Amino acid sequence: MILVVLENQRGSIHAFSKEAVAAGQNLASKLGTELSILCMGENASSLKEQASDYKAKDLILAEHDMISTYSADGYSKVLSDIITDLSPKYVIMGHSYMVRDFMPRVSAKLNLPFVSDIISVNHDGGSPAFARQVFNAKLATNIQPDESSNTTLLSFQSAAFSSDDIELGGSDAASVFEVNLNNEDIKSMSEPEFQESSSGVDLTTAELIVSVGRGIESEDNIPMVESLAEVMGAEIASSRPVVDMGWLPSYRQIGSSGQAVSPKLYFSVGISGAIQHVVGMKGSKNIIAINKDEEAPIFEIADYAVIGDLMEILPKLTEELQK
Amino acid sequence: MKIAVLTKAIPSYESSIRVDSTSKWIDEAVVNFVVNESDSYALEEALQIKEKLDNGSEVVVITMGSEDNTSKVLKDGLAKGADRAIFIKNEDSNTDPLAIAKLFADNLKDENFDLIFSGLQSDDLGSGQTGVLIGEMLDMSTATLGIETDIEESKIKVKRELESGWFQWVTLPLPASVSIQSGINEPRYPSLKGIMGAKRKESKVIDGQSSAAKQNFINLFIPKNEKATERIEGDVDGIVAKIMDILKNKLRVVS
Repeated sequence: MILVVLENQRGSIHAFSKEAVAAGQNLASKLGTELSILCMGENASSLKEQASDYKAKDLILAEHDMISTYSADGYSKVLSDIITDLSPKYVIMGHSYMVRDFMPRVSAKLNLPFVSDIISVNHDGGSPAFARQVFNAKLATNIQPDESSNTTLLSFQSAAFSSDDIELGGSDAASVFEVNLNNEDIKSMSEPEFQESSSGVDLTTAELIVSVGRGIESEDNIPMVESLAEVMGAEIASSRPVVDMGWLPSYRQIGSSGQAVSPKLYFSVGISGAIQHVVGMKGSKNIIAINKDEEAPIFEIADYAVIGDLMEILPKLTEELQK
Repeated sequence: MKIAVLTKAIPSYESSIRVDSTSKWIDEAVVNFVVNESDSYALEEALQIKEKLDNGSEVVVITMGSEDNTSKVLKDGLAKGADRAIFIKNEDSNTDPLAIAKLFADNLKDENFDLIFSGLQSDDLGSGQTGVLIGEMLDMSTATLGIETDIEESKIKVKRELESGWFQWVTLPLPASVSIQSGINEPRYPSLKGIMGAKRKESKVIDGQSSAAKQNFINLFIPKNEKATERIEGDVDGIVAKIMDILKNKLRVVS
């Protein structure tokens, strides 16, 4: 049996969880086994409602006052109890920030492998292998969970599977898992989620984006990129290191912790293309990338891979555009 | 307050990454090892807490791996202000998060740290699990992706980064294991005095024995290009002319 766990994101099923359902259905059909879907914790009964069309063997509800808001303590305890009870072959979730926060706790509690941030499943061998990116996306690796492990925990990177491929038809059964929690099980206290005041810059509607990464080397070189953006009529954006360094404000950041964009043109300068950045821009219609490292992973998703020194290229390009 | 900082030596961004003859690991001979970026932020956060509390707190910088790759990492930590170092010597190319965490937990449990800080993930394997796994193994409370911390008596408040610009505060009783997001502070550079003083600080070496792996690399490979990418290279004028042509005539985004 395969168990997919749904995550709540401000009232709705998290987009990554929908992809996890598609991943779970796909894996279940390849392995000839059944799929169950678990709605647990925050907003669980509404998630169950929203998931009622998904084709599954069982739609399981696990509710309790003490997990009605997320905590790593509560979620890891309850999911561990459910896994012990149901012994699924695989437990599948999206690779969200919440899963990163509590799934390793389940792994350690039950001594089960957790293969995280998976980009694809490889069925060539006997049992499935799971591919993930390593070394800053310069390489990928196939991972084989230990055969002796009853259960393997999996989290899928966004877009590894598409929620368009979810098979509908509803679930054959609905069940309730009796959650058993005591006060001492939950040590940490979470406050409500909040958003920091934004600048009003909405990069998601920009048609043209010039985005800068650590290849710019110094804050003094930022105006070079600003000039190019200005002459193109583009919004300026950046990868995380540039924001961490304080060279651009955080609302300019593209990636898993920033904004996700899909402009007509994403002009990337000096960005290597780490996973956390790429998830925020790989939907762009056209991608031009300048990088002096010809092995930069950004080139794998670029339409135009410019191998060269941005310090030389940008001023000349800006000058040409001004003509 | 006794604070551990887990830090890892990883290949620098500029390093050339080549799969070795086993196809299960990389050729380390051509790699320049540096401190994992988010670990530098974790160390800085620990040092700032020690300085703020000003009560004889201790910061211990800890790493694991082979001596050749990691020596720089501990020296750097001590030079920046850590009080002592622990090196868990392990020559295996460990890729299983559980086995790695167990090795840390087994060798650190007697230290009874109040806080364990780690970077949110290593830029080589990138599992992002070690800090949380160790926390669970040592019965500590845990939080990830800390972007601000506030230490109080017997507890720590952590501002967690969530997706797409959302945040959440979580309060953890000590002991706690917290993974730190990059950008939380401004990591310091070691001073000359710090570099000189580092040599006199205690650096303990432990021989670490790996347990059986729960997951294994089968093969490393170069990811396939998903698109028909056009390569543009050569002299600067040629490159600029080519980009102009793309912008004007192919994509028609400038006139």
